[in-house]
Amino acid sequence: MKKDLYKYILGIADNTLILGQRLGELCGHGPSLETDIACTNISLDLFGQTRNYYQYAAQIKGGNTTEDDIAFLRKEREYLNVLLVEQLNTDFAYVMVRQFLFDVYHLLFLRELQKSHDVRLSAIANKAVKEVGYHYRFSSDWIKRLGDGTEESHQRTQNAIDDLWTYTNELFHQTDTDKSMIQEGIGVDTLKLKEEYYKRVSEILQKATLQIPESKWFQKGGKEGIHTEHLGFLLADLQYMQRTYPNMEW
Amino acid sequence: MKKNWPLWEVFVRSKNGLEHRHFGSLHAADSEMALENARDVYTRRNEGVSIWVVESKNITATNPENNGELFEPAQDKVYRHPTFYDLPDEIKHM
Repeated sequence: MKKDLYKYILGIADNTLILGQRLGELCGHGPSLETDIACTNISLDLFGQTRNYYQYAAQIKGGNTTEDDIAFLRKEREYLNVLLVEQLNTDFAYVMVRQFLFDVYHLLFLRELQKSHDVRLSAIANKAVKEVGYHYRFSSDWIKRLGDGTEESHQRTQNAIDDLWTYTNELFHQTDTDKSMIQEGIGVDTLKLKEEYYKRVSEILQKATLQIPESKWFQKGGKEGIHTEHLGFLLADLQYMQRTYPNMEW
Repeated sequence: MKKNWPLWEVFVRSKNGLEHRHFGSLHAADSEMALENARDVYTRRNEGVSIWVVESKNITATNPENNGELFEPAQDKVYRHPTFYDLPDEIKHM
């Protein structure tokens, strides 16, 4: 049970860590000063949430484990994030579509996690849900702007949707850990969120004059530690300092 | 793209009961985006409880070249301040 809870927490927190890192890559490279600050603000929100989860996980693991060990010293296969969040910042449309597809899920997920029997997880969710409410507002606004914008912004956004769509279904994939945590009343039964998720996403895409992909074939693997080729490079960046100067501190 | 976004002036109310004050300016495509950008650029350190934005072109301002005729005549008219009245002792906090 303790081991399951530890893994379950990592499954939530690795999503926010990896997405936060991807957004952080935009720092100083956003399309305008204002959107640059907005994306890095979201990144910092996600890192804040990640720390809350990792501190809890470190406590469960016990010994001398710290939040930093969990963030920086695991191997690629030990990260349990969904594949969606590790995808590249190909262009601004990809950044916003990835964000939007995750935010819709994240908001629905946190609203359920607020009801968790685990008081600590429910407290973290209570705090995070407001931040994510804003992320959702920001990304869904941008989807509408880009989709219903110029011919080029529409085409780029449609490309991103077509490309990233294949990673959406994994959000609802349940591992054995997920199942056992749902039974304990701690975890969120994500299957129950699926219908609402695709309904909301479709509504916004329609408003944005974008096509909903028809493909019924979906990627999965991230939640079991099997990642796309992009995660290794991201981790090389993320872990460089700790790997090169072990135990270094700021 | 950025070049096409108009400029907006941002006014933030710091605390309940205080007035909105000019905080700065930013670029945005429309008023909704201006509000969101203002939230991210100017209130990320817990500065505000309310934001106004107005497109800069809608503000009519005095021309600094006219400062002489507009403002200097008031400089030597101290009698326009109500400081020459004898106040009864009973009136406090004036």
